[in-house]
Amino acid sequence: MAIFSKSNKVIELLEKFIDSIDQGSIVFKKGVDNYLYGNIQAFENNILTLSKLESDADLLGKDIENRLYKHSLMPQLRGDMLRLLEELDDIIDIMKTNLYQFEVEVPNIPGELNQDLSKLTEMSVATVEALIPAARAFFRSPETVKDQLHRVYFYETEADKLAAAIKRKVFREMPDLKLSEKFHLRYFTLHIEQVSDASKKAADLLSVMAIKRAF
Amino acid sequence: MGANDAANIFGTAVGSKMVSFARAAIIASIFVIIGAAIQGGGTTETLGSLGLIDELAGSFTVALAAGFTVFVMTKYGLPVSTTQAIVGAIIGWNLFAGRETDAAVLSKIVTTWISGPLLGAAFSALLFLLMRYVLRKMKIHMILLDSYIRWGLIAVGAFGAYSLGANNVANVIGVFVGHAPNIILDFGIFELGGTEILFLAGGVSIALGILTYSRKIIQTIGKGIMDISSEAAIVVVLAQSLVLFIFSSTTLSNVLISIGLPPIPLVPVSSSQVVVGAIIGIGLVKGIQEVRIKMLAEILVGWILTPIFAGLLSFFGLFFVQNVFNQEVFTPLVQSPGKEITSEGSKIAEVIDPQHVNLVWWVAGIGFILLMVLAIWLIIRQNKLKLIAQNELLEQQNEHYVTQKALMESDLKTMRLENVSMAKRLEFRRKELMNMALNIVEQKNYLEELAEQLKDIQKTEDKKEKNKKIDHLLKNMKLKMSFDDKVENFNLEIEKLHKGFSRKLEEEYPKLTETEKRFATFLRLGFSSKEIAPLLNVSIKSVETYRYRLRKKLNISKGENLIRFIQNL
Repeated sequence: MAIFSKSNKVIELLEKFIDSIDQGSIVFKKGVDNYLYGNIQAFENNILTLSKLESDADLLGKDIENRLYKHSLMPQLRGDMLRLLEELDDIIDIMKTNLYQFEVEVPNIPGELNQDLSKLTEMSVATVEALIPAARAFFRSPETVKDQLHRVYFYETEADKLAAAIKRKVFREMPDLKLSEKFHLRYFTLHIEQVSDASKKAADLLSVMAIKRAF
Repeated sequence: MGANDAANIFGTAVGSKMVSFARAAIIASIFVIIGAAIQGGGTTETLGSLGLIDELAGSFTVALAAGFTVFVMTKYGLPVSTTQAIVGAIIGWNLFAGRETDAAVLSKIVTTWISGPLLGAAFSALLFLLMRYVLRKMKIHMILLDSYIRWGLIAVGAFGAYSLGANNVANVIGVFVGHAPNIILDFGIFELGGTEILFLAGGVSIALGILTYSRKIIQTIGKGIMDISSEAAIVVVLAQSLVLFIFSSTTLSNVLISIGLPPIPLVPVSSSQVVVGAIIGIGLVKGIQEVRIKMLAEILVGWILTPIFAGLLSFFGLFFVQNVFNQEVFTPLVQSPGKEITSEGSKIAEVIDPQHVNLVWWVAGIGFILLMVLAIWLIIRQNKLKLIAQNELLEQQNEHYVTQKALMESDLKTMRLENVSMAKRLEFRRKELMNMALNIVEQKNYLEELAEQLKDIQKTEDKKEKNKKIDHLLKNMKLKMSFDDKVENFNLEIEKLHKGFSRKLEEEYPKLTETEKRFATFLRLGFSSKEIAPLLNVSIKSVETYRYRLRKKLNISKGENLIRFIQNL
């Protein structure tokens, strides 16, 4: 119906926004793997794709905010919703920055670390993949959000453990690496880990909002 | 009353910011008038049977006492009941006039003080559970649900205002029913009798109260008792509307009678009490911790104080009106021997035909004037909006123009800088070429010197001297070989630098020879005839001839400068 067209349009934009974050996580995982295994052309394509997705997400977020205020939609929950969008946007921002850092700094990653870093990326991306359905559920059935968020926390903890193991391995079991290289690897491990931290932050916010919305 | 009770209908909606106060006030005003006019009769009869005030001054004083009580309580931000105020005031009159208060009617009214909120709580709890079940099943998107609830609040609010008018108008004009004007207003398509006019007036006065004084009290209902979500707001208003509707619907009461059930008591119900009951009903479903007990207690105290305060105010008000203004506030009771005590006012009134007033033309005229005013207002508003839109467009265009101008200026600046840079480079290259040309000229002069030397050698007779001079000459000739390369390089550089100029000359003046084109290029570079001559390997006089021929071929008029013409090409 025409009188609900404004609301329907915002819903459409919201779905596209969440889709961008979801797709961004897939591209990020592929990008890191391509870098680790030397597929430079594919890696560069991943950067371009992720950059576009991040840019689209920013524009969608701004559009949603404008429409919410312009049409006075959801006066009670508007603030919370915009905060959630901001937290979700942070995730794709971090992923894009990470890939660019790979491209700019060209870290020297020993072959024996490839599998570990790939696994770490997989864990970090898993937090995002668990967060997305919870975010979608918040808008339709907030009472089910809590059931979905425990996976985010689980994967985040696993990512933390894996990151610590990688750092330990680099500093203790790789004497051939220079100290500068070890530090470089440490930071890249941290960068990938930050994706799961950002997902956890968004999950915390989602959890509180779901309780507030409980009816 | 409008100020107080409108908050019960739209307080939760406005408090949760789903509906603006202005929209709520207008909708409530319209529907309260409709409800009062169409369905206000049932409850009015009940209130009349509590105490039949038989003098106009008495009715006025009682209504004033009740109204003043509500005004004071409202001023302190307490959502009190107008029903309790009017009941207290009527009882005050009964006491002053020495009339017996009908206990059955009073108990019926007081029972609603308890059953009203209980019913409100029951309805709201059930509706809340139903709504929660439906929403969880349907999984409507939060944003769409927000829009549905917004419209739902408006629809339910309208129903609530209608029920308020139907149920509570008796509180406003119930005491005046006995003094309704004996008049019929004919509007052509419908008629309004004296009682209906009274109800309409009551509805309008409630509407005025809504429009002028209800904003403050809305905040109390919306935020004071518990935090209300927008879904809960719909449930509260709907429950309240249903209770008020049930207690004022003669149709529903008759239906129940027809199926053998007891009739519904048509009693003015306190909408404030029902709303509080409805909110508590939701609180019980969600958890009592959410209800602010302190505020609840303040409201309960207000309910106790209101009828007592109104009764006392009515009693003393009647005393004042009777003894100071010498107005009859009641008709004394008369007892005829062997007959029942009656009041003088209860003697059978003469049946007087009501005065029939034809207002068709008045209504048509006023309606026409209103339509004209509305049309004019719409036209003015439309023009104003158009003007605003045009101004906005002009502003946008202006901004666009300013941006364009800034961009163009920036482009121009960039172009100027580029031109300066290019001019510098050109100058540098020109100087380079000049240097090359000068080198060439210098060498040409040297060759001439060499020729002179050869002549001199020829004239020398001494063999030894001759050989010496020839050796010297050979050395000089070796130098000459690099001179040719320099000229070749020089010509190539010229060609590279002035490719565009050469192309233009070829396009516009195809009849020019290669030498003439080269000559034109040298002129453009600013070489003099003396400098050009060795470069073209001709004499200075030939250069002048070239100049003349070039002028002809380029169709330059006598007064025009050749060099300036070439530079402007």
